[in-house]
Order: sequence, then C-alpha cells, then structure tokens
Amino acid sequence: MKMTDRSLRTPLARVRGLGSAKSGTHHFWIQRLTAVALVPLTIWFALSIASLATADLPSVQAWMKSPLSATLMLSFLLAGFWHMKLGLQVVIEDYVHSEWTKVTCLVMNNLISIFLALAATLAVLKMLLGG
Amino acid sequence: MAAGNRPLSPHLQVYRWQITMALSIVHRISGVGLALGMLLLTWWLAAAASGPEYFDMVHGIMGSVIGRVILLGFTGSLYFHLCNGIRHLCWDAGYGFELGAMRNSGILVIVATVVLTLGTFLIGYGAV
Repeated sequence: MKMTDRSLRTPLARVRGLGSAKSGTHHFWIQRLTAVALVPLTIWFALSIASLATADLPSVQAWMKSPLSATLMLSFLLAGFWHMKLGLQVVIEDYVHSEWTKVTCLVMNNLISIFLALAATLAVLKMLLGG
Repeated sequence: MAAGNRPLSPHLQVYRWQITMALSIVHRISGVGLALGMLLLTWWLAAAASGPEYFDMVHGIMGSVIGRVILLGFTGSLYFHLCNGIRHLCWDAGYGFELGAMRNSGILVIVATVVLTLGTFLIGYGAV
C-alpha cells in the first residue's frame, strides 16, 4: 500500500473478492475426485494393457468390443486426462513466471488435453461400435 | 513490479536430502512423465482403431528394445504415481503425518512400485 494512501479501508477489505482464480477449491476437489477414481481404474488399466502387450490387432479389437472393457477404458481416459490437465496446470503455474508464456502454456494445456482425450475416446468408440 | 531478481524459495541446495522430499519431487516428475504416457496411449488406441498396417508399425516400435524401455518407464511412473498418490490421499484425510509413519509409507511406496512394475512386465513379456 502506498504511504500516501489516506483510505481508512483495511488491506484485507481492499483485496477481499479480488482473489486470483475464485475457484481454487474446485481444482483441488476435482483433482482428488479423479485421483480416487483412478486408483482402481489404473490397476485395471495396467494389468489389461500388460496382458495385451504381445497381442495382435484382432485380439486388441475384440477386447475393446467388450462393453465392460470399453466402459472402463472410457472412464480411465476421462479421469486420466482430466487429472493430467489439472496436474500440468499446477506445474505450469509453479514454474512459468513470464505472464504471456504462462497464459500461452495454460491455454495449450487445455486445448491439447481436450484434443487427446477426444482422439482417444473416438478410437475406443470406433472399435466398440465399428464393423 | 520488478519480479526479475527476487530470491525464490525453496532453495533446494541448502537442504539435506531425505525420502519425503525426494518422493515429492519424483511424484511431480512422474506426473509429467505420465502425460507423455497418455500421449503414447492415445497413439496406440488410434493405431488399433485405424487398421492392421498402422497398428503393426506402432506395435513394432513399442515392442523394440527402446520401446520396451519407454514402456518400463511409463509403467514405473504409473505405479509410483498411483502408490504415492494413495499416500497423498491418506494425508488429505489427515492420516500418516508422524515423521516415522511418513518415512515408512515412503519406503513402502518405493518397494510397491518396484514389485508391481516387475510383476506387470512379467505378465506382459513373461514368455520372453
């Protein structure tokens, strides 16, 4: 505060309501929610992919044609990409200090996360529903 | 405001290294690594959806020595982030903050990561 400032408002009153994001708990909560969902989903994912490590294409496609596998994979993708986006956002906010670079990184993080999530989801749906 | 030359905390070099600090750093690094893993997963799924020729090419790359080293890193990061993430969730719930418990859970995370990673690779490439 400037020394010449004669206002009687306290410093707290001046900044109240001017918080940086106004939605901090939402980020925190969704990160925990997706984390909890990812505990069982990750175990399923790792074991499934490991058992497909040397499988040929028809086996992979047959596996993705099962509604249970497809549902679990789509759940993993949704929770995983969301959790990834939130985590990378924190890393960017922590280490990128130049304002324009930071904003650019945050926007790219959002766009690339959504793009990848859509691409992966579409691939699963194509295998599930296609011929 | 001149933000350029102000000293930044934490000063990593003045601390004695300990397991809690190391695992915290590895948690973040593995998280960033897993983002690359998600890129890999998307590539693999798209390849499987696109047809035999492209899938065989991707499958060949991932089955090569370099591919398997990358997959080992992906698997290890996945299990570390999972185990240490559970540790974080316990802290969020208010448990395990005593120094001894914190150290022990950290050691447990490392052991579990190694066991699960090797076990998963045994499932994947056991015949090799």
